[in-house]
Amino acid sequence: MPSSAAPAPQPHPQQPQPQRWDDRRIEVILGNLLRSGVLLPAAVVLSGACVYLSRHAHEPADYRIFRGEPSEFRTIAGVIHSVLNGRGRGLIQLGLLLLIATPIARVAFSIVGFAIERDRMYVAFTLIVLAILLYSLLGSGLGV
Amino acid sequence: MTIMEFTAVVAIVSFVAGLLGSLTGLGGGVVLVPLLTLLFHVDIRYAIGASLVSVIATSSGAAAAYVKEGFSNIRIGMFLEIATTFGALLGAFLATRIPTSALAIIFGAVLLYSAYLSRKPRPLDQRNLPPDPLATRLRMNGSFPDLAGPRSYNVQHVPTGFSLMFGAGALSGLLGIGSGAVKVLAMDQAMRIPFKVSTTTSNFMIGVTAAASAGVYLSRGYVDPGLAMPVMLGVLVGSLLGSRILVKAETKSLRLVFSVVILVLGLQMLYKGFWGKI
Repeated sequence: MPSSAAPAPQPHPQQPQPQRWDDRRIEVILGNLLRSGVLLPAAVVLSGACVYLSRHAHEPADYRIFRGEPSEFRTIAGVIHSVLNGRGRGLIQLGLLLLIATPIARVAFSIVGFAIERDRMYVAFTLIVLAILLYSLLGSGLGV
Repeated sequence: MTIMEFTAVVAIVSFVAGLLGSLTGLGGGVVLVPLLTLLFHVDIRYAIGASLVSVIATSSGAAAAYVKEGFSNIRIGMFLEIATTFGALLGAFLATRIPTSALAIIFGAVLLYSAYLSRKPRPLDQRNLPPDPLATRLRMNGSFPDLAGPRSYNVQHVPTGFSLMFGAGALSGLLGIGSGAVKVLAMDQAMRIPFKVSTTTSNFMIGVTAAASAGVYLSRGYVDPGLAMPVMLGVLVGSLLGSRILVKAETKSLRLVFSVVILVLGLQMLYKGFWGKI
């Protein structure tokens, strides 16, 4: 049901109701995107966990001292390389990268959604958010 | 503890944190970092990295459920994300530069504040507030399905909300949490958004905010796969379960229990921070 059917407490005819039906459809598509964007990473992390645990289950766990991760778990290229070498933790890291990509994909998709609604103001807002996200990812050295 | 035992116990604790965090709307991340550092003696930097990743999973998972119900407002979310992502970027850069004892103290303060906030009665949902010119220009007013059919609302005090959201983003980037407490302050108290809309919209935003700092954390080696795996999976399953119950559940007594847990964890973090045990 389109939510524009709501009776407004203070009708203000000077401002037309935004196209809620389109909002609604975008929201449903977003919901599906988010669902697959969390199930796929979870599946990848889980399969990585199986490999990792089957090999290291009986070793001692120790996270008391911070050492920082080796470069194979810190960069996109390193993660892909370690996945190709069949490493479980590489696969987990790949799943986490996919997880981080989901909200970014959502923001990118919202730009299309707002553009279809011809809402220029929100296309601009969304572009700003996307720019900050991309700067954070590329500016932090993850891509190297 | 062997890796197998460690993974299993951390997954269970994360599941409970995710479930309670989702049910109470206070977020699971806020208890995860103290639990990992105090209970499992994990270095706070690893704990923050793992928590941040789980925050993204929670947000995407819960938002997938909420968005379809028509509670969240994507315009409010996107506008405020400008503030939270800027803040998150700043927070993540700060986190790599300040000592861990300072992180623990800030964390303790945020926990105490969250506990206080969760005991305060929620401001009554606004009814019939006049439309605010700026919010109207920004097309933020909307409606959501209530028990008695769709209900509309008018958003208030946009600049205050925006500034508070910058702070929420900075805390999220600094501590690897969703900053639910500050978001409640911004969206419920300042902007007077109805509770269901503010909860679901902030859930929707948290993932984007966390993604802005996750890149920095990953590239600095704060995200350990062996630790992040049980945390992320546990929190995800717990919060998905919680978001299915949220629409019906009465969460008063749960909030009481959870706020006591938060209070105790906050005091412990302050103690550890001030006495340099972290």
